[in-house]
Amino acid sequence: MANLPDDDVPELARGIHDMGGLPGGAVDRHEHAVTLWEKRVDALLVLLTRKDVFSVDELRNAIERLGAEAYTSMSYYERWTASIAWNLMQRGVITADELGRRMAEIEAEGRQ
Amino acid sequence: MTASVATAKRFKPGEPVRVRRAFPPGHIRTPIYIRGAEGVIERDCGDCVNAEERAFGRSGLPKLPLYRVRFKQRQIWPDYAGPANDSVEIEIYANWLERA
Repeated sequence: MANLPDDDVPELARGIHDMGGLPGGAVDRHEHAVTLWEKRVDALLVLLTRKDVFSVDELRNAIERLGAEAYTSMSYYERWTASIAWNLMQRGVITADELGRRMAEIEAEGRQ
Repeated sequence: MTASVATAKRFKPGEPVRVRRAFPPGHIRTPIYIRGAEGVIERDCGDCVNAEERAFGRSGLPKLPLYRVRFKQRQIWPDYAGPANDSVEIEIYANWLERA
């Protein structure tokens, strides 16, 4: 922990992402091959931010609010995907109903 | 309201600064472990869009000065075992800095 006492830090102030100084274990330095869907998510965000649909700060803001359990269990691009969906709904680009129906269709088709 | 670029504090490289110790909710780019710490301005990074505002769908304007601030590792971590001159540098918006 840091030198400064942290007893004045309100519990709600520390998001799960703000982990500097907390015990974190060893760093996994293995290279990870990027899959096609991850590249697509990356490209999607580039398009959305360049077209000013929403900003990277909004992307991060929603990621920081996923909740500790989701934040730690999801992969990097899974977090992006969840945040992109949230921000597209926030901006009125898609509705939760449209997204829910499409997700169910894809699941029924047995696709990933 | 955040300060405009015109009225925001300006610091020069080498100036000692203290990071404000505050814990607002929101999208904050100043990590908790550095809030309250004292460091030195390493460089002026120019004026940048205010991410705390843009995170909520607003323009993030007016821009805020952004500074890279250098801190001594030994002053931050009580059990830091590395050389005394080891430092950590963090880019911090002007609204989080005050003169030390």
